[in-house]
Amino acid sequence: MNKELTREERTDALGGMGCKRKRVEDARFTQGKGNYVDDIKLPGMLHGDFVRSPYAHAKVVSINTDAAMALDGVVAVLTAADLAPLGLHWMPTLAGDKQMVLADGKVLFQGQEVAYVVAKDRYIAADAVELVEVEYEELPVLTDPFAAMESDVVLREDLMGEGGALPDGAHGPRKHHNHIFTWEVGEKEATQQVLDEADVVAEEMVYYHRTHPCPLETCGCVASMDKVNGKLTLHGTFQAPHAIRTVVSLISGIEEHNIRVISPDIGGGFGNKVGAYPGYVCSVVASIVTGVPVKWVEDRMENLMTTAFARDYHMHGKISATKEGKITGLWCHTTADHGGFDACADPTKFPAGFMNICTGSYDIPTAYLAVDGVYTNKAPGGVSYRCSFRVTEAAYFIERMVEILAIELNMDAAELRRINFIKKDQFPYQSALGWEYDSGDYHTAWDKALKAVDYDGLRAEQAQRVEDFKAGKTRKLMGIGLTHFTEIVGAGPVKNCDILGLGMFDSCEIRIHPTGSAIARLGTISQGQGHATTFAQILATEIGLPADSITIEEGDTDTAPYGLGTYGSRSTPVAGAATAMAGRKIRAKAQMIAAYLLEVHDDDVEFDVDRFVVKGAPEKFKTMKEIAFAAYNQAIPGIEPGLEAVSYYDPPNMTYPFGAYVCVMDIDVDTGVTDIRRFYALDDCGTRINPMIIEGQVHGGLTEALAVALGQEIAYDDMGNVKTGTLMDFFLPTAWEVPNYETDHTVTPSPHHPIGAKGVGESPHVGGVPCFSNAVNDAFRAFGLRHTHMPHDHWRIWKTANELGLHG
Amino acid sequence: MIPAAFEYHRPKDLEGVLSVLVEHGDDARVLAGGHSLIPMMKLRMADVEHLIDLQDVAGMSGIAVDGGSVRIGAMTTQNDIITSDALAGAAPIMHEAALQIADPQVRYMGTVGGNVANGDPGNDMPGLMQCLDATFTLVGPDGERTVAAREFYEAAYMTDRDDAEVLTAVSFAAQAGGYAYEKQKRKIGDYATAAAAVLLTKEGGVCTSASIAMTNLSDTPIWSEAAGAALAGTSVDDAAISAAVGAMLGDIDPTEDNRGPIEFKRHAASVVLGRAIARAWSRA
Ligand SMILES: Cc1cc2nc3c(=O)[nH]c(=O)nc-3n(C[C@H](O)[C@H](O)[C@H](O)COP(=O)(O)OP(=O)(O)OC[C@H]3O[C@@H](n4cnc5c(N)ncnc54)[C@H](O)[C@@H]3O)c2cc1C
Repeated sequence: MNKELTREERTDALGGMGCKRKRVEDARFTQGKGNYVDDIKLPGMLHGDFVRSPYAHAKVVSINTDAAMALDGVVAVLTAADLAPLGLHWMPTLAGDKQMVLADGKVLFQGQEVAYVVAKDRYIAADAVELVEVEYEELPVLTDPFAAMESDVVLREDLMGEGGALPDGAHGPRKHHNHIFTWEVGEKEATQQVLDEADVVAEEMVYYHRTHPCPLETCGCVASMDKVNGKLTLHGTFQAPHAIRTVVSLISGIEEHNIRVISPDIGGGFGNKVGAYPGYVCSVVASIVTGVPVKWVEDRMENLMTTAFARDYHMHGKISATKEGKITGLWCHTTADHGGFDACADPTKFPAGFMNICTGSYDIPTAYLAVDGVYTNKAPGGVSYRCSFRVTEAAYFIERMVEILAIELNMDAAELRRINFIKKDQFPYQSALGWEYDSGDYHTAWDKALKAVDYDGLRAEQAQRVEDFKAGKTRKLMGIGLTHFTEIVGAGPVKNCDILGLGMFDSCEIRIHPTGSAIARLGTISQGQGHATTFAQILATEIGLPADSITIEEGDTDTAPYGLGTYGSRSTPVAGAATAMAGRKIRAKAQMIAAYLLEVHDDDVEFDVDRFVVKGAPEKFKTMKEIAFAAYNQAIPGIEPGLEAVSYYDPPNMTYPFGAYVCVMDIDVDTGVTDIRRFYALDDCGTRINPMIIEGQVHGGLTEALAVALGQEIAYDDMGNVKTGTLMDFFLPTAWEVPNYETDHTVTPSPHHPIGAKGVGESPHVGGVPCFSNAVNDAFRAFGLRHTHMPHDHWRIWKTANELGLHG
Repeated sequence: MIPAAFEYHRPKDLEGVLSVLVEHGDDARVLAGGHSLIPMMKLRMADVEHLIDLQDVAGMSGIAVDGGSVRIGAMTTQNDIITSDALAGAAPIMHEAALQIADPQVRYMGTVGGNVANGDPGNDMPGLMQCLDATFTLVGPDGERTVAAREFYEAAYMTDRDDAEVLTAVSFAAQAGGYAYEKQKRKIGDYATAAAAVLLTKEGGVCTSASIAMTNLSDTPIWSEAAGAALAGTSVDDAAISAAVGAMLGDIDPTEDNRGPIEFKRHAASVVLGRAIARAWSRA
């Protein structure tokens, strides 16, 4: 007989919420045993590859596929003309626009898909691509959205009405033939009046450059049409497998029950794998045409040049305050460069995502935001790279504007933030741009952060450094980057959040096995976040079975319940809530079974870690393991056999994680080289499910923030050529460039989430980008700098220093 | 990123290599570590119908330090350079420079011969070889010859090597005096924004000789004779360093790329050279 365990020991044995459970995924990942799309090999499988446009804007005069078709091993070469009879030469985008699957008479960006070659092996496909002859006639190229809005050149003839009329777009009236939409939030006149009457107004154009999520694994799929039973199986790198199934069904006309979408292991997504790409459509068509499976996997250049980019927001801001520094108003006009097609992945009612979180952590009474989307000759996309919809843009904007306002007021930027934070007792807080912040305690977090880094000491050191620099004793400046960000994640309430009409709830289905282990399936899909680890922890605590006895499965639409997938830090806020709620249904039934077994009334038993005990008589209990067995194998009057539950969770509100970050950076003014001496990150993500996973997420998000702030960009020349199409030029930091991060936390649970969790995967990126950038800007504040654009790579920092006259 | 088809040859000796080179001329290329050539083939920028792997060719690698002279076989890897004690004594600048090339994975495969024969202005070894006044040994169907590193580079990817020749070794005199290899790059694994190799000798507080070469600042490495001359005979004070930097700026011809505009490249070149001279002088 085992010795009776204490309550604490029983809790520890579950490995539930709050413990640093090791990632169950890592055993296979660290041994190279993951199963990614490119690992999938089906019998008779063919390989697809694209002919892509070398031009950013050109008419496609002719396509000759004869030489390619003549190559031994080539099975088919698809062009728009082949897809047109099926109506598949264009496809709908997530933003309500449409996008060419294969060039239909013209191309709009360099790398655009022109023809799709299908061959017996990957090498033959690549050889055949070279043999397809395409005749182009170059057209004028527009790479600047401001110029595009003035230009006579029409990029999208397909959107023009009769006689040059401009029909409305998916988001209302259009102002110009290269204009996509205007989105307005807040009070325009009132804000203007506040600005007019303010003591102080700071104004700046804040450009957030174009970059790319660049997951380790590129996008790809294997489409397999079984002509005998009419079923299509589509393996792919999908962050939203169920949505993909619905979209494929709507586009192809294949009934949804005949489509099985499977997301196997995914090597990072960061928003890049939310959308639908021409490669998926072409592979499906090719499999339907040939009757055998067809694989398509992008290479790195294709991924960087053609699949969804992020940002490219020109944010013109004005912020006003009293002399004492109380912020009175915020105005923002954004010109958003969407490329050749509007393929942003945002909830339908939010064409600029949640950019209206741009009042940030501050109590700003009056605000106005307008966003104009514009077509240019660049790749489509505009996804949320490791952030909720356009939230990094918003956080970067407000955190830069506050710093600039501090300069204008000649105030310390930390103090300016402190006097403007939304106070703890103001939550739930209604923002001027329409959000209801669920909970927060910004002052506590801020004070803790400043104390941890000895903020006053850092400022004193910085002042001394400036003196030494001026005296010629050093050529290094010191920057102190501050950020207090508020995110908005967990999209979202179905009443206002849908993508193409698909409501943004999520789901969990649990099946308890008779011997007391379980499987839970969710509508989300891990791309490295460790769902199999953390969701089992939520359940362990909710249902009292050990996390190690719970399998978590996602990504197969034939088995998992419907859900909208993983992006925008929505897995924990939405599917995590569904998991807890489904767990509670299990527990409710278990309670009835326990009461029956213990021969007491339902109300006389209570849940205690891993068992139900008779109230007041803890020695009388039934463990969840025992209850599971009884659920299946004992006839219990009035109760169906089995122990299963499903929950579809429609969140009542978003969650609002926040954090306080400080970066200390030394900058070599002569070379532009930056050295991050210290990075402190305090995150408040509400209830903490697994501190170790949180820390890993914070490290990853900060590293991608460092990349974006210090060098990572998708740059084009005036001809629309991508200048950063390989990892030689597209900056991915290595361990060498990454500093040692100090992580910290406060805990302010979400009041409306079943377990109080808010989501953390994207916070460090949202807060990290402005923090690194603020450090660079701050280093030059003493020499008169107001704002310099990212990315802060060596030559741009040198240029800033040069323009300030720091090179003598 | 899928290369075109090619024939793979793996001869055991130099005769075997030469016979394929002679037979196929332009269509044949030797493969050393592959870390420059294979990416070019995958990008289909290099069209190689016959690839001759040098991996099994006997006698092409190894570092020999014999009295005052150093000979490094072409197939010696960059990692071998870093771990060689003999070289650390005879030419510590090689060690300092090799540590700044690419990353460990690349250095395990990338060879000295490949690095100097490649002709990419971004490679670090060519400038280094010019600084050391090395000679390259080339073996072709007509026998063996040597060429000075300072005479070898003609333009980007264009060298004095004949298509049918194999570079078998680099040789130079063991270095004396102070040295420094200073490189500015965007991250680990990146080619230089600007790099400077400096060797100088000092007697009684005066610089008696100096050799200076710059990397990735023209379409070939630049050995700046004038920059070296500006240091010789001075006490390497600020004025001398400025003069050397000024002379170097007269010899380089950088182009704009993602690392920055020309003006920045020239600025970075000045800074790295100034720092390299100061460090070399402190070690002399
Ligand atoms: C990510 C990355 C970063 C890098 N960073 C740097 C860097 O910072 N600095 C730097 O200097 N290099 C860098 N390199 C290049 C690397 O050092 C290469 O290995 C080197 O340039 C070529 O050596 P290899 O042995 O790989 O030659 P290969 O790639 O095999 O050959 C290169 C060329 O030289 C020819 N060749 C090779 N050997 C001989 C020979 N013996 N005789 C005649 N011709 C020959 C080949 O035919 C080919 O044309 C980098 C490479 C990568 C992939």
